[in-house]
Amino acid sequence: MADTTFAIHSGPAAQARLRKRYARERRFKLMCLAALGVAAIFLVVLIGSIVSRGWSGFLVTQMELTVTYSPEMVDASNPADGNFRMIVVEALQKEFPEATDHSSMRALLGLVSNGGFLAVRNAVVDDPSLVGQTVTMWVSAASDIDMLNKGYVDRTAPEELRRVDDQTMAWVDKLEADGRIRTGFNWDFFTTGDSREPELAGIGGAILGSFWMLLVTFLVSFPTGVAAAVYLEEFAPKRRWVDIIEVNINNLAAVPSIVFGLLGLAVFLNLMHLPRSAPLVGGLTLALMTLPTIIITTRAALKGVPPSIREAALGIGASPVQVVSHHVLPLALPRLLTGAIIGMAQALGETAPLLMIGMVAFIVDLPSGPLDAATALPVQIFLWADSPERGFVEKTSAAIMVLLGFLVVMNGIAVFLRQRFEVRW
Amino acid sequence: MVAVTEITASERDASHADAVTIPVDRLPELGGPVKMQTRDLKLWYSDKQALAGINLDVPERQVTAFIGPSGCGKTTFLKCLNRMNDTIEGVRIEGDVTLDGTDVYDRSVDPVQLRARVGMVFQKPNPFPKSIYDNVAYGPRIHGLATNRGDLDAIVESSLQRAGLWNEVKDRLGEMATGMSGGQQQRLCIARTIAVSPEVILMDEPCSALDPISTARVEELIDELRDNYTIVIVTHNLQQAARVSQLTAFFHLGRLIEVNDTAEVFQNPGESMTRDYITGRFG
Ligand SMILES: Nc1ncnc2c1ncn2[C@@H]1O[C@H](COP(=O)(O)OP(=O)(O)O)[C@@H](O)[C@H]1O
Ligand SMILES: [Mg+2]
Repeated sequence: MADTTFAIHSGPAAQARLRKRYARERRFKLMCLAALGVAAIFLVVLIGSIVSRGWSGFLVTQMELTVTYSPEMVDASNPADGNFRMIVVEALQKEFPEATDHSSMRALLGLVSNGGFLAVRNAVVDDPSLVGQTVTMWVSAASDIDMLNKGYVDRTAPEELRRVDDQTMAWVDKLEADGRIRTGFNWDFFTTGDSREPELAGIGGAILGSFWMLLVTFLVSFPTGVAAAVYLEEFAPKRRWVDIIEVNINNLAAVPSIVFGLLGLAVFLNLMHLPRSAPLVGGLTLALMTLPTIIITTRAALKGVPPSIREAALGIGASPVQVVSHHVLPLALPRLLTGAIIGMAQALGETAPLLMIGMVAFIVDLPSGPLDAATALPVQIFLWADSPERGFVEKTSAAIMVLLGFLVVMNGIAVFLRQRFEVRW
Repeated sequence: MVAVTEITASERDASHADAVTIPVDRLPELGGPVKMQTRDLKLWYSDKQALAGINLDVPERQVTAFIGPSGCGKTTFLKCLNRMNDTIEGVRIEGDVTLDGTDVYDRSVDPVQLRARVGMVFQKPNPFPKSIYDNVAYGPRIHGLATNRGDLDAIVESSLQRAGLWNEVKDRLGEMATGMSGGQQQRLCIARTIAVSPEVILMDEPCSALDPISTARVEELIDELRDNYTIVIVTHNLQQAARVSQLTAFFHLGRLIEVNDTAEVFQNPGESMTRDYITGRFG
């Protein structure tokens, strides 16, 4: 008896079986690893392509000008009305004295972005005592120069196929050689609104628009969703109509987001006449979309609180409402917030419903409240991706990076909340 | 040899098929007053009957033990006494349960108030994930038993003292209760129940998750609490029932088969089924 047991689990046949098992297990593990590898490759390619295309969107090319605010060009008593185009041309002519004819002067003007002219103007408006003086300042270069400096212009292409002609290229090279061209971090990108000119276009307006929108979404969908979930999970009798509601909520969570956009259009704009393009409407629409998610995650969070805690509270005479408000909800809160943040992150990335309610307009001003016309981060990406200028390509990718950054931060907070505050049983 | 002691489930059920739940006139004479009483108590979980008309008198300031094989309805019966079954979906209850002569299932009775008078300690220690202090203070707080912090402190201290836990925790009342040992947690749960000043304490296998030393502490505690409270305890441990209780009730398949003085039940059971159970032939 003992001998056969011994023989079954040792000996050559057993060794062979064991080897086969090991091989099977190795194959299985390898398959899992390969799947992980494929996922990782996708991720690296995605992030890599966005970053490689977009990182330069955070940079801006600037050139140093030696600006003379001569009294003929600008009046100290009314500095805002100066002839700043001429001032810039004269500043550039100090570098390139040969550029005196009309077309050369036009070409010189093309080196500086509108933001650059504005900077020259603002300096003297802020400090009229500059009139009659000469100052050096860094101003942002025009988009084409920016592209050239960042290496996006093919210098070997024939001149007529190039955005930048030979003359301009020579000027830029000279400025470069003199140390009068630099690449700086584009802080303005985060603080300004959209613009027709790519070097001036910023994501600040879209960030604010998304912020106001998510604020509305959160304020509407979180309390409503949590309260609905608490009622369904804790107080509703397990009756047929509750089942029907439950099925419908699950269905609602699966409805394509554009349908919510149509609903928002019909209800908030056409019926309630709320302002078009406003974050309020976007927020309300996204709240509709987020509500089922919040209800579902809240119910899961409430289910996750062990029955023993409810029994404990009931057993010393807490009422059902006290059981929920004193124990179940506080214990479910971390998971509940996690769910809400994930819902918000979804809403942040949502584009289609916003297109339906007119948040796709070209808006330069920063929205100062939920009633101002605004756009949102994903919509801004959509708009820029649609623009033909080379300068918007990098802006698009940069905006995608900003959006992804926000999503990563939000999901990170969700994970942190879950890890840090969730009570384990 | 094997054939004599082992009784299979079907044989047992066949041999005791005639066993019925105790009628009122065969309930034992109690020395003292009756605290709680059930008459013809029946309970169904949906269509499944779990209690088949239980008659029982629970004596005041004594320990009553419920014994019986798993699934015989001990927990179900216990929860009827403080209406903890009310929260379960699909439960239907018939018959009477009285506390000091008033029907606890009467419409006028608020189950929440009832549970303040009839407290419960559960099988698995279930402290709130809060501080030790807050665990004990929770009951008095929701029932408004303390008007100021000093009163509350006093209730917390006396409850912990009566639960035999004060000396172990008096210096760390602010610590999380969930960090204590299982035995301490269970005594904390008892302190939490006492803090509400209930009249009856129901305990559902309070020691089944505890080690022998903690079990001994809880048993001592039950013995001390008997002076002030009416205690009903469900236990799987027959020695425990013999040690701590004055009255023992034996349940089987939703019926109350035998109830008598504990010494009588263990030394001289009146029913063959009780004898089979306490001698370990089934259950
Ligand atoms: N919530 C419930 N729903 C349906 N059946 C239940 C429920 N709780 C207990 N039961 C059934 O009722 C019977 C008695 O259970 P219980 O009172 O827990 O027994 P005990 O505590 O004696 O082990 C068992 O058959 C059990 O399966
Ligand atoms: Mg039980």
